[in-house]
This record gives sequence, structure tokens and C-alpha cells, in this order.
Amino acid sequence: MKYTLFATVLALAPIAFALDGQIGIHDPSTVVRCDGKYYTYGTGGSSLVSDDGWTWHPGTALPRRGLAPDVIHLGDRYCVYVAANIGAQPKAAINMIWSKTLSPSSPDYKWEEGGVVASSDGVEDSNAIDPGVFLDPTSGKLWLTYGSYFGYVRLVELDPKTGKRLDPNDQPRNLAINCEASDMIYHDGWYYLLATHGSCCRGADSGYNIRLGRSRKVTGPYLDAEGVDMIQGGGKLLIGSGGRVIGAGHFGLLDLGEGVQKFSMHWEADLDRGGASVLDIRPLLWKDGWPVAGENLEEGTYEIESVRTGTALELAVEGVPVGGPRQRGARGMFGGTGAPIPPQDAAQVSANWPAGNIDARMANYLCQAQQKWTIAPVPNAGGYPGSPYFKITIAGTDRALAATADAELVVLPAFTGEPEQLWRVDQLAGGSWRIMPKSVLNSKEPLALSAVGSSSATLSKFNPKSDRQCWLFKAP
Amino acid sequence: MKALPKHHASALAALAGSAFMAIAAGAAAPVSWPTLATPVTPERAPGADGFLQRWLLLEPIPANGLTDSAVQAIVKKEYFPNQFTVIPHDGDKVTLGNAELTWYAVDTRLYNVNLYHFAHALGKPTSNVLFWAITIVNCPREMPGVRLAIGSNAASVWWVNGKEVVGIYGDRQTVIDDGVSKRITLQKGPNVVRAAVVNGGGATDFCARFLDAGDKPIEGITTSLSEVRK
Repeated sequence: MKYTLFATVLALAPIAFALDGQIGIHDPSTVVRCDGKYYTYGTGGSSLVSDDGWTWHPGTALPRRGLAPDVIHLGDRYCVYVAANIGAQPKAAINMIWSKTLSPSSPDYKWEEGGVVASSDGVEDSNAIDPGVFLDPTSGKLWLTYGSYFGYVRLVELDPKTGKRLDPNDQPRNLAINCEASDMIYHDGWYYLLATHGSCCRGADSGYNIRLGRSRKVTGPYLDAEGVDMIQGGGKLLIGSGGRVIGAGHFGLLDLGEGVQKFSMHWEADLDRGGASVLDIRPLLWKDGWPVAGENLEEGTYEIESVRTGTALELAVEGVPVGGPRQRGARGMFGGTGAPIPPQDAAQVSANWPAGNIDARMANYLCQAQQKWTIAPVPNAGGYPGSPYFKITIAGTDRALAATADAELVVLPAFTGEPEQLWRVDQLAGGSWRIMPKSVLNSKEPLALSAVGSSSATLSKFNPKSDRQCWLFKAP
Repeated sequence: MKALPKHHASALAALAGSAFMAIAAGAAAPVSWPTLATPVTPERAPGADGFLQRWLLLEPIPANGLTDSAVQAIVKKEYFPNQFTVIPHDGDKVTLGNAELTWYAVDTRLYNVNLYHFAHALGKPTSNVLFWAITIVNCPREMPGVRLAIGSNAASVWWVNGKEVVGIYGDRQTVIDDGVSKRITLQKGPNVVRAAVVNGGGATDFCARFLDAGDKPIEGITTSLSEVRK
């Protein structure tokens, strides 16, 4: 199978910030959960599965291979929509297959045919490939978008009980041109049509980028932020190429609940993986009614600042002004020292810090060593959709932030890899970050780093409405 | 016993309770403060928003330093016998070298206790000083998972039932819920809250309240200055 070579390459590539494991795929479906695992299916029968959304490995191929499937969990079944050309494009049909489970080891794993849900006859203005299935949360209706560069992206209605075409005789509606890999989402009174523009399948020469428009009605029209209809080629950019990845395509929503949303996609070329086509998961943010692509946290040294209080997390030790205690010099009170003052390193000031465990607290940020934290991924410790677990240490030291058994914070003298020292960092819809320990002894509910008072921090149950649990990672 | 003003005398007559009479018997000399007054009831509920408004304050002790280490050294030094366990009465005195310092029972009208007003009216220094403050918080039942939330000008260290629970350092102004302790359990009945506030120059005051798991002030508690006898 053609992805085997890619899989070998990916396993050897030492990179932190794409997903982990074997992530080669083209045109991935929406990522769906089944029995606690994450599943996605791509072109050519490929499939990837993950226990945690971070480390992936190849899964079991679907019985119906084709182009760019999509999948949805509907009631007691999983419906997969997969397209195939009939002879040459643009003659094509989208078939639905369904199973009660996606887990091949389950006795209920058995795929049934659901029939054709949409098609194109090779002459009409559409190429019936790239299905995207959408369950409208406000009405309970089920919809399918499909289409590619030949003609229009179209919309038909499906039966939410069976996943099949509701009325084979109803006319598909035209929604957009100049794009493919469409998908729909709903947010706060608006329907959003996301679709991929540009060229695929050319490695680092792929111009693939994901764009969108929105409408008050699922049937459109979908206008971008400039008011240009997607049926005339409009589309606000969600994400394009950047850094070491080129060619963004095939959006799928991954809603983790409590206001935390991510999206799946592929890159046509991951340069760190030899230009292979790979799965990625990024945060989905919202700004003024438009989705914005977020970032997965990169390793580095940061100030960790509370959105609520504007104070910064620090090791509870006495601080020293940067440059040392203030001297009255020849240049007067406001004239400085006459030469650049270097940043304060932990090595300069940590001789006075107690050995052993030290509390964490918050304080006005003064660029001091006890206020600068290094966030680094922990290898082989697992992760969550989009990112690995991180250790959070005072920069220049091994002193590690940890959760205590009674859901408070402590900074340990050294990182030893226990789950209480591993931190999950998710970007929230507004762009700030949630920081959660992997686990807390004695606690069954998920806890998040939380400001309590201006100068104190703790761990408490995540409350999506509270800004006490929103944090910024700022350049130190 | 010093004569009390007439309007206090009638209030006294109306109140029963040997605890209160014990306070009145050794009461400190009447002093006029802008925002503090001598308590006239055996116990007092917290003010709006849960601030603890009844305290025993000791006249200031000279002390110099506001850094973490300087303040910890200042508050851990023993200036008088049993200073970490004593629950004095209004008018009690301690001797420090040549000086005699008096404990005063006060109620504040505001959310905070203005130590500048306190010391100034007594003709005592307000800069480079340490104030000790004590109150007793009476709880109707055991209350786990609560936090002591304090603010102070400037630095302060706080104990609940003898255990150090929170400290804030440096030259700072009083901010509501500035330093907040880890979760603690208040016992049913009396709980002793003890604070050491260190000031550099300028204004000096503090505020304190207890917050529940939802960061709201806890309800149903009272403050008093000796064991509340029911």
C-alpha cells in the first residue's frame, strides 16, 4: 500500500509539533470518536486511529475505497460517505456505508451498504466527490455538501435516522464554486461553509488553502467577510501554508466540548517529513463571528500570565531586580547605567532559592528569572488532540510545576515524569490558553490552572465561562 | 474601671453575657478613630461581601524590611511570650524593652482595617512597623475547602488555627483577594485568625475574608474576640 513508505519515514522524523506517530494520509475525513479512540479515513482506503488524538497509527481500511470520505456518528451507527468516479471525472457517485462501531475488534464491526446519496452524470455542473456531512443542531436535519472544481459545490438533504438521501428527486442546491472538500459547521446562529481552494496533489507546489463563508440559513447564500458570495468564488481564508507545512486542505470539526474546538485537516507537504501528506489538528478560535485557525503551543520560554489578573505565575522566592539591586549612579535617577543590562538568568539568582519543594504564586511581571518558564514536550508521554504533554520548568533549571494530591500547585526540585508533572495546553476559542495537569491524585474531575486572587493560583474544575482559567504565553 | 460614655452605658445595661462584661472590665482607654470603633456586641457578622470587621490590634512594633526573607524573619521573631497562641483581651498589655504596648479591640466600619488611623490616633509610629492582629471566626459547622483571601499594605503573613496559610511581600497596597491561601478546613466553633502586617512608609491597612469553593464569601460565620459562649 502506497502509504507504507511514508509511514517508515514519519516514524524516524524527530519533530515535536506535527502530530506524533504515523500520520500519513490524504483527504482525511472528520475525526470521529468511538469507544474512546479517534478515527479518520482518507483517500484510497487509508485510515488512521489514535488512543489520545496525538499519537496515530494506521487503522483498518474501509471496505469501500474512494476519494475523501467523511464520517458521522448518528444515533447508534457510524455513517461513512465515500465518493468514486465512474469512469472519468466528473461522472461520480457518493455511496454511504454504515456500521454500529468503528472498532474492528468489536463483534458489532460490520459494514452495511446504504446506497447512493448523490451523484453526477458527467454533464451536469458538478462532480459528485468530496462529501461533507453535517447534522444541524438547531433543527436535527442532516445535510450533505459535495463537489469539486468541475462546476458547483452542492447541498442535498439526508435522513437523520438512516443517513440516506431523504428525497432522491429533490434538486441539489448550488452553494459555491472554485473549491472542493467542503464541510459545514454551525456556531452561534450562523452556518459556515468551509471548502478548500487551490491545487492539491503537487507536494510543496500545492496551493491548497481552506476558506469559508457564512449564512443565516443552511441553504445559503454563503458570503465571506467582504460580502462576496462563495458561488462567485468568495471565501475568507481560514488557514494556508506556513512554516514547514504547505497546502492546507479538507477541514473537519473536532468539538471537544466545554467550548474547546479543534479542526482536522491535511497538509499536502510536511517538509520535515520529506514533503509527505499528513494529518494535522489545530485549535479553532472565534473572532467577531468568524472562525480563525489557532496554533498548537510551541516549545519555548514564556511568561505565563493570567488573563483575569494580569499577574504572572512565578516560583515563590524573593525576586532580584534585573541588573541587580538599584544603584544611584552618575547618570542620576532616570539615566540608566550607560550599557545594556543582560536578561536575568536563573544561574545568577538561584543560589538563594531553597532546595526542595517551593510554592507557586502570582506576581507583577518584572522579567525576573523566577517568573520565566520553559515549556518543553515530553517524549513518549502521550498527548491529546494536536499536542503532546509538556513539562513546565523554571527556565534554566529543572524545577518543575506539578499538581499536588489536594489539587494545589507545587514546584518540585526536579522533573521526574509523573502524570502530575505533565501538562496539557489547549488554545481556547478567544485565543488564550487552558493549562491542565494530566492527572491529579484523588481527583476524578478534570482540573485546570486557575487564578484565585491576584497573587495566588490553584487547580479547580474547568469552567468555560470563567477567565480565571485563561492564560497567555508571552515572550519573556 | 474607666468611665464609659453615657450612650455606651445604656447599651451595656441592655446586653447580657459574661464574656462581654469580661472585656469591658479591662477595656483600653477610649480612643477616637475615623473608621474604627470599640465593639459593643459579643459577636459580629462579617460585613457586606464577607469582610471580617472585628479585630484585636496590638500597637506597632518597630520593624524594617519588606522583602520575602526580611518579612519572614520579622514575623517569626518572638517579641513577647506566646505571641503565636495568645488570644488577648481589649486593654491587655505586653512589654517590649522599655515600651508597653496595648491590645485594642476594634470594629471597622469599612471592608478594611486602617492601621494608619489606628496608630496615628494613639500617637504611635506608622512607618517601619509590625502590627499583630487577631480575630476569632465562629463557624456553625465544619467548613472544608475554604480559602483565606487577604490584602495588605504592605506585606503580611497569616495563620489560621496556628498554621501559616498565606503571605504577601514587597511594598504593596491593599487589594481585595490579593493573597489567597490553599484550601483549608474551618472547624465547627471558634477558629483563630492571626495576622502580622509589616509597613514601610505611607498608608497601612489590611482586609480579610473567607471564600468558598466558588470563590464567594462564605456565609453563616461571625467574628468575636474571645471564645463565644452559647
